[in-house]
Amino acid sequence: MQGFNARVKLITLPEIGPRPLSEFVYGGPVDEGPDPAACTDGAWADFVFHRTGEPNQRSEWWYHRPTGTWFWLDRDTESDRVVDVRVAPATPHREHG
Amino acid sequence: MAFSETGRALVRSEKLRAGYDVVIIGGGGHGLAAAHYLAHDHGIHDVAVLEAGTIGRGNSGRNTAIVRSNYLTPEGVALYRESMNLWRDLPAALDINLFFSERGHLTLAHTEGTLRTMRWRAGVNQVLGVESELVDRQDVARLCPAIDLDCGGRLPILGALYHRPGAIVAHDAVVWGFARSATRAGVEIHGNTRVLALDVRGGRVVGVETSRGYVSASRVLSAVAGSTPRITKLAGVRTPIVVHPLQACISEPMQPWLDPIIVSASLHAYVSQDVRGTLVMGAALDGYELHAPRSTFDFLEDLSAAMLDLFPRLAETRIVRQWAGIADMTPDFSPIMGKTPVEFFYLDAGWGTWGFKATPISGKTLAHTVAHDRAPSLIEPFRLSRFAEFGLIGEKAAASVGH
Repeated sequence: MQGFNARVKLITLPEIGPRPLSEFVYGGPVDEGPDPAACTDGAWADFVFHRTGEPNQRSEWWYHRPTGTWFWLDRDTESDRVVDVRVAPATPHREHG
Repeated sequence: MAFSETGRALVRSEKLRAGYDVVIIGGGGHGLAAAHYLAHDHGIHDVAVLEAGTIGRGNSGRNTAIVRSNYLTPEGVALYRESMNLWRDLPAALDINLFFSERGHLTLAHTEGTLRTMRWRAGVNQVLGVESELVDRQDVARLCPAIDLDCGGRLPILGALYHRPGAIVAHDAVVWGFARSATRAGVEIHGNTRVLALDVRGGRVVGVETSRGYVSASRVLSAVAGSTPRITKLAGVRTPIVVHPLQACISEPMQPWLDPIIVSASLHAYVSQDVRGTLVMGAALDGYELHAPRSTFDFLEDLSAAMLDLFPRLAETRIVRQWAGIADMTPDFSPIMGKTPVEFFYLDAGWGTWGFKATPISGKTLAHTVAHDRAPSLIEPFRLSRFAEFGLIGEKAAASVGH
């Protein structure tokens, strides 16, 4: 049983350096998803609701509030280790036709 | 009521047999309750509970032990109402002291919008025979004299949803009580037995591969809370469940001063004082997915700020221990109960931060589901397929103090 983690969790950002986790907002896993105009209701429901919930390493959207910058973090959801950090190429918001 | 303090040890099972009629994956409160009701309601005794570690060391051992039924939706209120009816008779039924203590539950409203929601919840509760009412600021002061009604000035209390039957319970004793009752009825509990694979043939489950060998089963129930996505992956079943830590902490014991259970969604904090005088406190869910029961300084710092807004007298109080549970969250903050696309594989999951209060009713209804291969109508709204059907049962505000 893991206990109390006294160390403040830091994320090392490109250009900026180490920042505490409390400066970030989690934006969910990076997942493009299907085109809502072209997919079935079932496929859309699956994208909206269903998840890869088991422990895995994936890219995630993280918003750094003080700089207003979206980042992609590659993080393992069991060990909480961040293996890569890069500025996100876009924002998570979709363009709707 | 006096309880005998002898015969408390559980019946132990050493040998894992080659097969059982029913295998229950997960030796927490829900799994053990299902075992108890399978034996007592349905006469099904050939049951094995397979627990990867030790019984009750998951979320059953980590929650803040509050039981209530003051939810928002008719479906949710009906479910938790039935659970409360079972809680009241449970100490006698299991012959174990659960330290069940009705305290009254106050969900504070700090904004007009929250007051409107509380009025809505009170209305739904009353129609369904659950005792809840909207109370004003003066009532809050009367029910909880120690509270700072102005919360430090930033978010004054305007009123609250008062749920008189809200209670606290000794959560570990619930696990032991169901375990002892089930084992006395012939159910076998096997700890240190991890399920490694599900044997699915022709769309139906026929057994499980475990760390102690293969076990055949006609029916398999998964009740593993935060470990659910690992098991559903083995079964090839898609779910919306994501796992986040939920942290909690306790204070040193102090003489009784807090009667009701206090919850503030605006301040993201809740507290009760248990039978030993200890404050049991919690806050909002951790913001990101993590499969680890670790607790942080951030949590303690934010919770303390909220607690001191509510109860300035706690400024010198010491925190004795902090920990986390592993919450299997759903998009609508309602559970997932019943059948799955895999025949004879049943799910009791998606209990997130709201599962402990449902321990008896989840056991009872999942036992029924396993026995009859059909979910009773009470839990039909919580079917796994409701997401594909866009039929969510939205309980976020009532289930949590989340953002």
